[in-house]
Amino acid sequence: MPVEVRHHDHGASQLTLLGSALLAAALIAGLYAAGAAVQGARRHDRRWVDSARRAVYAVAGLLTAAVVILEVAFVSDDFHFALVADHSSTTTPTFYKLTAMWSSQEGSLLLWAWVLSLASSGVLYMTRRRHREIVPWATAVLAAIGSFFIGLMIFKAQPFARLDPAPAEGTGLTPLLRNPYMAVHPPMLYSGYVLWSIPFAFCVGALISRRLDASWIRTTRNFALCAWTFLGIGLLLGSRWSYEELGWGGYWGWDPVENAALMPWLVGTAFLHSVMVQEKRGILKVWNVGLICGTFCLCLLGTFLVRSGVLQSIHAFGASTVGGPLLVLIAVVAIGSTLLIVTRLDGLRPERRVDSLLSRESIFLVNNVLLVGLATVIFWGTFFPLISEFFTGEKHSLAAPWFDRYVTPLGVLLVLFTGLGPLFAWGRLSGDAARRLLLWPVLAAAASIGVLLAVSDAGGHPWALFVFGFAAFTLVALAGEFRRAGATRRALTGEPFPRALATAVGRNRRRYGGYVVHAGIALTLIGIAASSSFQTNRDLRLRVGQTAKVGDYTIDYRRLSADPRNERIAFTAQLDVTRDGKHFATLNPARNYYPTQDPSAGAIGRYFMGESTSEVGLKTGAGGDLWTAFQPDVSTLNPDIVRGNRMLANAGPVAQGIAIDVLAQRYAQHPPPASFRVIVNPLVGWIWIGALIGVAGAVMAGWPALESRRRLEAAYRARLGRELGAANPPA
Amino acid sequence: MEFLLAVAIVVVVAWFVTAPLRDRPSRHDDEEDRAAAELAALEARKKAKYREIRDAEADRASGKLGEEDFRRLDRELRAEAVAILKRIDRLRGAGERET
Repeated sequence: MPVEVRHHDHGASQLTLLGSALLAAALIAGLYAAGAAVQGARRHDRRWVDSARRAVYAVAGLLTAAVVILEVAFVSDDFHFALVADHSSTTTPTFYKLTAMWSSQEGSLLLWAWVLSLASSGVLYMTRRRHREIVPWATAVLAAIGSFFIGLMIFKAQPFARLDPAPAEGTGLTPLLRNPYMAVHPPMLYSGYVLWSIPFAFCVGALISRRLDASWIRTTRNFALCAWTFLGIGLLLGSRWSYEELGWGGYWGWDPVENAALMPWLVGTAFLHSVMVQEKRGILKVWNVGLICGTFCLCLLGTFLVRSGVLQSIHAFGASTVGGPLLVLIAVVAIGSTLLIVTRLDGLRPERRVDSLLSRESIFLVNNVLLVGLATVIFWGTFFPLISEFFTGEKHSLAAPWFDRYVTPLGVLLVLFTGLGPLFAWGRLSGDAARRLLLWPVLAAAASIGVLLAVSDAGGHPWALFVFGFAAFTLVALAGEFRRAGATRRALTGEPFPRALATAVGRNRRRYGGYVVHAGIALTLIGIAASSSFQTNRDLRLRVGQTAKVGDYTIDYRRLSADPRNERIAFTAQLDVTRDGKHFATLNPARNYYPTQDPSAGAIGRYFMGESTSEVGLKTGAGGDLWTAFQPDVSTLNPDIVRGNRMLANAGPVAQGIAIDVLAQRYAQHPPPASFRVIVNPLVGWIWIGALIGVAGAVMAGWPALESRRRLEAAYRARLGRELGAANPPA
Repeated sequence: MEFLLAVAIVVVVAWFVTAPLRDRPSRHDDEEDRAAAELAALEARKKAKYREIRDAEADRASGKLGEEDFRRLDRELRAEAVAILKRIDRLRGAGERET
């Protein structure tokens, strides 16, 4: 229902000017930090390095203040802020007002810069007394990247642009973004992108200062792990949003922006594994510096794709003026990194060779090739439209079947190596040990394939069959690792098995947390294989009272209800679902219609000429989901809409509201046939469960060990003792 | 009001950021810092090496590493750990001599 327009009187808000001033101060501080750090590095002057670090802290403080000002403006509906007017309204729920900041180009750039400044401050604080040669250069790199994004905001996409006079009402948040997953997805994704800049910056610092041992890897490992985890959570939330909100029933469409987030995640996964090889065996140094530089370049590429408009995507902000500068930054990072690596090759020589193919480092090498291979295939497919345009003058896109054809075999092999890696030891695994360790996983794989062939039509889907078999291999292999850990400790200490297992796992969280991640990945791939290969998908057209059969389910369309409100009209279908004659679920898919601001649509028509979104009806279970989306036929309302527009053109909002209410309720009582999409998605829930298990494993792997916390305490006590002794010297 | 606030923020930030530059450079502090950083790096390497030794022991106990392979690897890792410990002791000894 239309509401009385309220006139807000905020007076002349100067907060937009304060926000702009904070950005300008942050830019100056960032540029100073970069310059001071370089000065400190070249002159070996600690004071300049400390001053640069303080400037990074200042950038974090200034950007935090800027974010607070913008969020207060959103929550208080201050439409002097153009951003608030364009992406919020008085009727937007408070939660979405808070998250609306990053639904825009300008606000998302502010988020990027803010998270980077906080992460930079954190790592520089942690390393303020370490890595004297590396930290100044890392500071310069981080400050330069931050300054770039702040400069983008000031000169190309100002978040504090001002409207004078301020409109009485805002446009509101895009309906597709009014979803909890989509509200949290951008901060997760940007945190992932931003945190990869930390190991990248330290890598550059190590290359410049020629401190090419593994020290920079150890220092930045947890930042890399956090980056990987956040990027993974961002991918998970994005795919869940697609599944629930876009109304097509899928969770991954090989969209360019989706791919742009997946590529750095894949290459980052390779990096997390191969740095372990460098730490333990002193090899793959060139590969690792190449990987981290590549990962960061891909993060920038992802940021570029969503803002440049060069490739069409539902996730993109659309064409803008920031694409060009971002491309320049990517070129500088790529070319600069390559030059640095090439000129430091002499210091990146391996310390050893790979002694045996039956070793963990060999498995990790193959795993790396698979991951980078996947990223390369996806890169080619994503950018093929631009490549084809360059060579032929025409843009040709590669659709999902192309990606499926080339990604699937590599993904299937990856499942196998996810299980092989944990089984092998560093250095060399003896033939006898290999036979003993592989026996049960191989039997599990063979048994699962055999059972599936016997009881299902999995034989018609060979790739899915291999995924199930290799996933069984992996899960049994990982279970064996945990069992061996507990049994070994029990043999040494006599403890009960559960306690022995908990202690063994707790003492080596990095290893066993990694195994939990592997288990999560295997479960996720089971969910993907099952839901994509064995899905039942039907489009139906039903009247109220009609039924249809989809797979084992009978769908009965019982009724339609209407819920007209200020901000939207919702039509909801009630579907009763039975299976084997018994009630299975009641599903309520809905379609929401949001009014357009275009006055030419008319007082009534504006509700049906704006955006519309789907609310899916979903019944979730361990065995799979029953998913429905609903599209009512509102074309039958056209005569009433035209008549209503004419009669109510000059009527007040109350009269218009009553008319829309009557129209909606009458439609609900005599609805025409509606279209439904019904999908039976076997095991799809394991995608999300597996991903959450993976995140838990990553947290476990990265959690600081109790031992290091105790050492920290001991170090503080020792320092206290020293300083007390200095304050009270013996007489 | 907002203009005054902006000016105040700039002044405070400038004072905070340039504070280290107002200190006199001290060669002694610089060398002490360098030694402390070197020591911290060696401690981190030592911790990593200890972890590798424990991993090798766990792999032997769980049957992944044969006895001969374990002995060879263990010898290598312990030699590397001893070299790190010697460097730590040398640095600490140099530090104590200075004080």
